[in-house]
Amino acid sequence: MLEKLKILVPFIALGVMASPIAASAEEGLAKPWQMNLQDAASPVMDKIHDFHSLLMVVMVGIVLFVLAILGYVCFRFSAKRNPVPSKTSHNTLLEVVWTAVPIVILIIIAIPGMRLLYFHDRAQDYEMTLKVTGHQWYWTYNYPDQGDFEFDSIPVPEGDLEPGQPRLLTVDNRVVLPVDTNIQVLITADDVIHNWAVPALGMKIDATPGRINERWVRIDKEGMYYGMCSELCGVYHSFMPIQVEAVSKEAFAKWVEQAQEEFAQNDGSSVNLVEAEQKSR
Amino acid sequence: MAYGAAAAHGEHDHHPTGWKRWVYSTNHKDIGTMYIWLSFVAAIIGGAMSWYIRLELAHPGIQYIDDFQFYNVLVTAHGFLMVFFVVMPAMIGGFGNWFVPLMIGAPDMAFPRMNNISFWLLAAALVLLVLSTVVGDGPGTGWTVYPPLSNANYQPGPSVDFGILALHVAGASSILGAVNFIVTIFNMRAPGMTMHRMPLFVWAILVTAFLLLLAVPVLAGALTMLLTDRNFGTTFFAPDGGGDPVLWQHLFWFFGHPEVYIIIIPAFGIISQVISTFSKRPVFGYLGMAYAMVSIGVVGFIVWAHHMYTVGLDADARAYFTAATLIIAVPTGIKIFSWLATMWGGSIEFETPMLCAIGFIWLFVIGGVTGVLLANAGIDFAMHDTYYVVAHFHYVMAIAAIFAMFAGWYYWIGKMSGRQYPDLLSKVQFWVFFIGVNVLFFPQHFLGLAGMPRRIPDYPDAYWGWNYVSSIGALITAVGTFMFFYIVWYTYRSGKPVTADNPWGEGATTLEWVVPSPAPFHTHEELPVIGSGGRPTTQAAPAE
Ligand SMILES: [Cu+2]
Repeated sequence: MLEKLKILVPFIALGVMASPIAASAEEGLAKPWQMNLQDAASPVMDKIHDFHSLLMVVMVGIVLFVLAILGYVCFRFSAKRNPVPSKTSHNTLLEVVWTAVPIVILIIIAIPGMRLLYFHDRAQDYEMTLKVTGHQWYWTYNYPDQGDFEFDSIPVPEGDLEPGQPRLLTVDNRVVLPVDTNIQVLITADDVIHNWAVPALGMKIDATPGRINERWVRIDKEGMYYGMCSELCGVYHSFMPIQVEAVSKEAFAKWVEQAQEEFAQNDGSSVNLVEAEQKSR
Repeated sequence: MAYGAAAAHGEHDHHPTGWKRWVYSTNHKDIGTMYIWLSFVAAIIGGAMSWYIRLELAHPGIQYIDDFQFYNVLVTAHGFLMVFFVVMPAMIGGFGNWFVPLMIGAPDMAFPRMNNISFWLLAAALVLLVLSTVVGDGPGTGWTVYPPLSNANYQPGPSVDFGILALHVAGASSILGAVNFIVTIFNMRAPGMTMHRMPLFVWAILVTAFLLLLAVPVLAGALTMLLTDRNFGTTFFAPDGGGDPVLWQHLFWFFGHPEVYIIIIPAFGIISQVISTFSKRPVFGYLGMAYAMVSIGVVGFIVWAHHMYTVGLDADARAYFTAATLIIAVPTGIKIFSWLATMWGGSIEFETPMLCAIGFIWLFVIGGVTGVLLANAGIDFAMHDTYYVVAHFHYVMAIAAIFAMFAGWYYWIGKMSGRQYPDLLSKVQFWVFFIGVNVLFFPQHFLGLAGMPRRIPDYPDAYWGWNYVSSIGALITAVGTFMFFYIVWYTYRSGKPVTADNPWGEGATTLEWVVPSPAPFHTHEELPVIGSGGRPTTQAAPAE
């Protein structure tokens, strides 16, 4: 059955993929009228694309199969064409088949699904770590391996946007990360549950107070990648974007030097928060 | 009571009159009718909320709802209303109450007074829920009520407490109703109505009642813990006191996943009756159908964490929940294929209930295949909390359930009211609503794939196109909804009287079609004796 369904692939590809033609600098955000996943910029997202293509074949195949039977039945067995209904009420062989065939299809799905699950769970060799903390309603980023500097990433209000900056997705200080580097991402929150999501990187993980979640990312292409908080976190939930700028390793090293100076005063800001609170009392 | 004398005269409609008939009602039919009306009221409120949401989302930027707490309240209340006060009352309280006793040949429910309190508790819960949105700032938590967002620090004021109490009271109503159904179905079947002769709708309600009985107490426990967290300084879900926000999610979804089957299994029952009736054949693979529902119910209790693939569960745990969830596709597949096989070889009449049942299959299959995708933890997190999930569950659960309710209402209204719906208008209503919901929800798959998060009042401009299409779909759906309510009004006012016991012909074999139309106040006073095939060997006797 699956073999036959492969015929459908080009149609699905035509119908579903809104493929951007020439993207010079990678822009990791949705395009108008986009119908498919955002373009992959990480190995995890690559594999999600592959798995999604397989699932699309299966899903479209099942839907068309059912639709075809439904259409045929409504046509052939309408009261006009078939005035005398059959009285058969079961058929053991048929029932075994429609139990067994779905099991086979599920196994075909489950194997790559499980591989993907374990692939994106953890990487073995991290070259650096990024710490992410969610707050109502902005993110804080910390670079423990580059001198432990830290900064807040505040959304830019609509009125202050420069031309070309996408609305609701632009922040003042973006996360800068090197390409081709295995990066461990540690995520938490200090008030309510948020979710750090960057679709093009195949990244989505809850930021939960009292817990540290771990994910990894390896960015394939230089560019700007956007995401939004993906767990309802209160009044300004739709206004806490994530903006990741992926640069070459050299550019990243330069940026780190700058950032260490610029954000020096923020170093260890959790301690500062405690101090600030004490002062305010 | 002058019950015996009245019965001797063939007078079946002896009952209290005026408000006492309804407020004090212990009659399964009157209580069923009240449930259906309550569901209509809640549907209008919940529907209005969703149209307001779609109006705001028709264009990027903020047009109408500049108070985002209020937006979150709309999202929350829409979910609560549709789940607890529209679908459940209509299908379980409404059609369940009306037709379980009729179908098994019982004179009424086992505990008629408990039936009364079940309904009135639900009415009280609806009042509490509506109040929760107007006291204070309203509950802006989503229907999942995740702490810490639902804790007192982040949702101060009494709104969330009102919401919790509304769910508590609705839960008590559900538990009492579930006990009533279980006892009725186990003990009050007419002679010869063995378990394996019960109509599939009765099986569906039985499975649903067990799900309610086992799942709702877990929700009640979790809600109580949240209530004490909010008001009495406990920290079950607060990490700064050693609690864990994820514990809430486990408890909530241990209830929440069975809850989606509580919504859709009665729909399976209705669709089975309708397809069998209008194909003029018994349901194909009856036993497989009954036990498919039982196994969906059982497995439904061990898959809850597939709602939590992004909370940071261990990979092995996610692998287990992926496998367990995929298994559910097997019994649901059995149901779809059995419906198709019932139609295959049948002699199909395309009456409005049948159209709705076919619409149900279409919606359920689309929502089902995206469910198979979402079951995979490996890919789910790309779709988690996006509009892909919104599209999935509206297809598979919400809109599918609505079509089952339409099917049930059109199928049974002649029996319930003694009047038939206007045929042509009802078919137009079906098509308008069917086109509307597909235009409304199908583009949301694209939005979700492209990464648009759910529960947001404003979105990046690139998502405009499909959002606009989706809002047009909402408009069409609204037209279809108003047409339905017009049909309800028209049917009660001037629908064609139904004179036959069985207006649907040879396909309608269940016992509600051997009593007169409209069904008299008391039915099956003499128990019918059921022969093979579930047909009565003696008629349910209208006296003399
Ligand atoms: Cu957030």
